[in-house]
Amino acid sequence: MKKILSAASVALLAAVGAPAQAAESDAIGDHEFGFEGVFGTIDRAAAQRGLQVFNEVCAQCHSLEQVAFRTLSDLGYTEEQVEGIAAQYEVTDGPNDQGEMYERTAEAKDYFPSPFENDKAASSIYGAVPPDLSVITQARPKGPDYLYALLTGYEEAPEDFDLPQGAYYNTAFPGHAIKMPKPMSDGEVEYQDGTEATVAQMAHDVTVFLHWAAEPHMEERKRMGIGVVLFLLVFTGVLYATKRKIWRDLH
Amino acid sequence: MSSDATFHTNSRAIAWIDHRLPIFSFVHEHLVAYPAPRNLNYMWNFGALAGISLVIMIATGIFLAMHYVATPDKAFDSVEHIMREVQYGWLIRYIHMNMASFFFIVVYIHIFRGLYYGSYKPPREVLWLLGIVILLLMMASAFIGYTLPWGQMSYWGATVITNLFSAIPLVGDELVVWLRGGFSIGAPTLSRFFALHYLLPFIIVGVVVLHIWALHRFGSNNPLGIDAKGPQDKVPFHPYYTIKDMFGLGVFLTIFAAVVFFAPNYLGHPDNYVPADQLTTPSHIVPEWYFLPFYAILRSIPDKLLGVVAMFGSIVVLAALPWLDRSPVRSTRYRPMHKWFFALLVVDVLVLGWIGAKPPEGIYLVIGRLATLYYFLHFLVVLPLLGKFETPKPRPQSIAEPVLKGGGGPAAAPAKPMEKA
Repeated sequence: MKKILSAASVALLAAVGAPAQAAESDAIGDHEFGFEGVFGTIDRAAAQRGLQVFNEVCAQCHSLEQVAFRTLSDLGYTEEQVEGIAAQYEVTDGPNDQGEMYERTAEAKDYFPSPFENDKAASSIYGAVPPDLSVITQARPKGPDYLYALLTGYEEAPEDFDLPQGAYYNTAFPGHAIKMPKPMSDGEVEYQDGTEATVAQMAHDVTVFLHWAAEPHMEERKRMGIGVVLFLLVFTGVLYATKRKIWRDLH
Repeated sequence: MSSDATFHTNSRAIAWIDHRLPIFSFVHEHLVAYPAPRNLNYMWNFGALAGISLVIMIATGIFLAMHYVATPDKAFDSVEHIMREVQYGWLIRYIHMNMASFFFIVVYIHIFRGLYYGSYKPPREVLWLLGIVILLLMMASAFIGYTLPWGQMSYWGATVITNLFSAIPLVGDELVVWLRGGFSIGAPTLSRFFALHYLLPFIIVGVVVLHIWALHRFGSNNPLGIDAKGPQDKVPFHPYYTIKDMFGLGVFLTIFAAVVFFAPNYLGHPDNYVPADQLTTPSHIVPEWYFLPFYAILRSIPDKLLGVVAMFGSIVVLAALPWLDRSPVRSTRYRPMHKWFFALLVVDVLVLGWIGAKPPEGIYLVIGRLATLYYFLHFLVVLPLLGKFETPKPRPQSIAEPVLKGGGGPAAAPAKPMEKA
């Protein structure tokens, strides 16, 4: 009986993963990231390069509205550097004493602004609304692998593929016809740390950055988890020993 | 075994209060001295675990409610605010959303334990019925709670489930509008769902009190399914079952912590990290995993109304179980045929869960229909017939007898013939 039920619960848990993980997977390989696994952390250098890619490429069309500039200090930036990054953006503030909204340079306290006034303005240009990227690696099955595959997945459409007007062929995108033009080519950005900016390198870096952005407390979560699980293992062992001792006189 | 059934204290203050409000006596009677069968196995841990899960859900939920904003344009952002800005908000939310899943795992094992050991049989029918009420309230709370983050699955799941009520003849369409507070899921739906999501858990607490009250009327069932004959068959709840429950809790929390800290989104759906959008329907709308078997039953029936009836019927049939299963023997240990049908039911429910996650087409539809058919056959046909045709194996004379081996020893009172079963 016990066996049946524990096997059942394991099977249940396994079956549960299937719906969440299934769907488009063929073209999405298993790219290796430093943040995977129990001890995985965000590679600071890659994330900083990824921020540069985001600033110079993605931010033309995509917002990152849940992320405040001040939180970038997590990635190893000093306060001055954070102010400098924020200063690349303009935000709308106000109303001022005259009752008017005005543009000002972004500061550390601000959030990444949206490049478009509203969704309609975005879709009038691209025929689709560029999604906000704040939690993008959590919002897709196999998120980081998907994002990497998408950014490196632009190809010529096969002969027999009927590509709709205004769409581009992408091996990873569900249905393969994506409205986003190929965002970057080799050398699209000039990395400050001298790393060669291949498409694969930029895709990797920006994925690391966006995975940090999706869950800024991931490292803290794993660190705390190791302590909590180790404690619970020991504590449960003590409880088991106590249980054995208390029950000894009954058996 | 030495705990006294009546409460004693050396503190005059406690004695003074207890004389006027016998709360210490009450706790002593129900949590300390309460006589429990001495042979309960680890399957009996899951009731206590369910209670603790409920407390954790309420505790974390209250903190989430302090930061959550129940309006369509703020709900998604406020959840992200909790994840990013609120001190340990990410921890509280991950605990809350994963404990919802673990609560269902625990309760489902608790229910199957009841099915295996015949815990629903006389005189525990009302105890069982109260459990069904708790299950329904849990399902309502979980469904409503899943709407609150206002992601794509929240929105479209709520749309699909509220739409089920339109299958009701005559008043269906008006009922749906009334439930939603509008023609589609929107601001009124979200705010009422939030209010109800805060309310329902406390109603569950109330029914849990009744559930325990009914349990303590006749005491716990046990793996042998026979009634306790005397004091030699029982042990005081404390320390024997308090420590056993603590150990079970340790195992439970260890597994739970591993999921919360290392795979917190494993049981969720990525689409719920996409903000709700009325204009875009997800390619597959799937409920949370714990609803998948019911979802499979719903979709296996071509007619909408009958599908809804079957889905709710799958729980109603559980409520009728004490009157469907006519076998006088409680424990499946002594039911050679029921053992196999029970195993088949477990497999059947797992298959339904698997089918619930698949699109309703081709072979999945066929398997889903067969599994649905067996689910109802099991309760409506197999169990009533088993009561007639199954020959139970001989049961031990008393609980103490098999536990103490060799006839219970000199301490065991002579076992009387069983009055029932």
